[in-house]
Amino acid sequence: MKFIDEFRDPVKAQVLLKEIEQLVGRIERARALPRPLQIMEVCGGHTHAIFRYGLKQMLPPAVEFVHGPGCPVCVLPMGRVDDCLSLAEQPGVIFTTFGDALRVPGSKQSLLQAKANGADVRMVYSPLDALKLARENPQREVIFFGLGFETTMPSTAMTLLAARRAGVRNFSLFCNHITIIPTIKAILDSPDLHLDGFLGPGHVSLVIGTQPYEFIAGHYHKPIVIAGFEPLDLLQSLWMVLKQLAEGRSQVENQYARVVPATGNRAALAALQEVFELREFFEWRGLGSIDHSGVRIRAAFAEFDAERKFSVPNLKIADPKACQCGEVLKGVIKPHECKVFGTACTPETPLGALMVSSEGACAAYYNFGRIDISGLRGNAPELERRAAV
Amino acid sequence: MQRGRGKVRDTTITLAHGSGGKAMRDLIQDVILGAFNNPLLAPLEDQAVIGLHELARGGDRLAFTTDTFVVHPLFFPGGDIGQLAVNGTVNDLAMSGARPLYLSCGLVLEEGLPVETLRRVTQSMRAAADLAGVSIVTGDTKVVERGAADKLFINTAGLGVVPTGVNISASRARAGDQVIVNGYLGDHGCAILLARNELALETEVETDCQPLADLVATMLSVCPDIHCLRDATRGGLATVLNEFAQASRVAIRLHENALPLREEVRGACEILGLDPLYLANEGKLVALVPAAFAEPLVAAMRAHPAGQQAAIVGEVVEAPAGVVMLNTGFGGGRIVDLLVGEQLPRIC
Ligand code: SF4
Repeated sequence: MKFIDEFRDPVKAQVLLKEIEQLVGRIERARALPRPLQIMEVCGGHTHAIFRYGLKQMLPPAVEFVHGPGCPVCVLPMGRVDDCLSLAEQPGVIFTTFGDALRVPGSKQSLLQAKANGADVRMVYSPLDALKLARENPQREVIFFGLGFETTMPSTAMTLLAARRAGVRNFSLFCNHITIIPTIKAILDSPDLHLDGFLGPGHVSLVIGTQPYEFIAGHYHKPIVIAGFEPLDLLQSLWMVLKQLAEGRSQVENQYARVVPATGNRAALAALQEVFELREFFEWRGLGSIDHSGVRIRAAFAEFDAERKFSVPNLKIADPKACQCGEVLKGVIKPHECKVFGTACTPETPLGALMVSSEGACAAYYNFGRIDISGLRGNAPELERRAAV
Repeated sequence: MQRGRGKVRDTTITLAHGSGGKAMRDLIQDVILGAFNNPLLAPLEDQAVIGLHELARGGDRLAFTTDTFVVHPLFFPGGDIGQLAVNGTVNDLAMSGARPLYLSCGLVLEEGLPVETLRRVTQSMRAAADLAGVSIVTGDTKVVERGAADKLFINTAGLGVVPTGVNISASRARAGDQVIVNGYLGDHGCAILLARNELALETEVETDCQPLADLVATMLSVCPDIHCLRDATRGGLATVLNEFAQASRVAIRLHENALPLREEVRGACEILGLDPLYLANEGKLVALVPAAFAEPLVAAMRAHPAGQQAAIVGEVVEAPAGVVMLNTGFGGGRIVDLLVGEQLPRIC
């Protein structure tokens, strides 16, 4: 854990914050912007860390984080949750998934509520646990609800490969994996966008590498820095983005090089290639349909595909009218500017998906940020003094 | 009741053990009386009769509490459900400043439970009661059909006496009070998570289950005017402090760097995306005390076996009322809110 402490050193943070302030000053003088600089963190893990360490309070007001679409639980459309419920309610089925997918509301209930009503829904920590359940319960059908970006995709793919090797017949995957690049592109193409730069997702990049982001810097002329998850990682990445802006550059840079290789992870990519193929369209909550943004299981693995093995209703359910999740996801409004934030939509009764997972921007705002605690930097002067020594 | 020397020969609990007949009498004689035996319980009347003079010597108010214990698995690193059922109730009494004296024990047994398991649990309850200085003086046993309960549920109720002049309440927090905890946070919650064996984590963390009444007596001897006191069980430190902040209409500010946390617990939370502030404890208390008493109190607590890692972790401030905040060790700040539902591990 010593390793982690190094990335949480408050004195180093103060040094970085000073430099960030100077850079922001330089950018503001050069551009005379009428609005704050907006930096999008694509990844839900980053959103969580930003709130958990109170980074928002530490930064100059001229820098704003925009919390992107990177929480896979948050962008799951309601119809897909209903599909899960219909699978979970089939006789003989054990329906398995990750913890934070359990609370996402469907049009009538969540998986957690379905469990309370008698469906055999179980939380697992990895798809391999689900495969193990299948082998222990040969008379039952075990379905794993696979979701997430390239971060969780390889372990799902490897699990299917393992299931095939072992000849397991009662295991299948309800595949809802999504892929990051088309999503970022869809955001960049949105006309109401003001983003100035990106913090790129650390875990996803561990799999896909840094090259797939080149179009962001090249075509759209926005800086992107692949960032780690410790608070110093985030500050340093932000500093790198601002430095690019101050110097008028737009490049793909890798702050998380201790973990992320430029070319990604070959073995993981090969497994993805073997098991999955792109879907033409995939529906996102709040963002609508995005071309080629989801993957499905290839025909060669049809016997493990829950969508082929069972009848999935494939429902399309419109988001509630009042929801402004899409605008929040694109950074057009802040969570608290949504008309139902904190009233009709709270973590107890989430209307929109961003209120569900603790990585969702609205839930994070609600839990950590809805009350102004800007006076909380009580020990900052002391830290600044230590940083100056 | 006739004092036959019944011995239970069955290896598992059957419905007959709850029928009121010989099998039930044998179970009570052998397993329950065998473990809990004391002069108030021994007559096996339907109630324990306790002399008032005995109680009145200890103070001027009675404290009375009950709690029901369901835990999976029944045995986990460092403890079991029996120890939990005694300490949980002892600690609830102690948090009013009371000296705990008597407990009741209600058992709900699932048909098929190994008798040996029940024996281990009752013996563990006896050991915990001895350590806490309380007697289990009355009880009840029910057997339910297989599937109607999960192996074994225990209810305990407790009686204790609050010393004259002690006045502890969640609504007494005042700006300037210091927040004190008696040691490492989150051990119990982490131990249970790891014991369920759903995670391939090598780390071994033991429960912190322990009686706190004696520690509280020590604390009261140093600071008779403890304002708020509560054991941080389910929901952890964060939940207790939110309750204090709301009941007293004050704000509470925590300092992340001051929180006593084991490296193993921090690591497991890191991996699972859980917040240790919300993890359950079974032997940890939170006290809000006037600032002048804080340091001597911590010194006295550290000299007690149940408070060796005692620390001041925050303070009470005036505003924003009802809110708990955390100064992150990193120099930022955030709200520590009440949790919605239980903590679910994050996806990545
Ligand atoms: S407050 Fe609710 S409805 Fe509004 S954007 Fe957030 S999650 Fe969506």
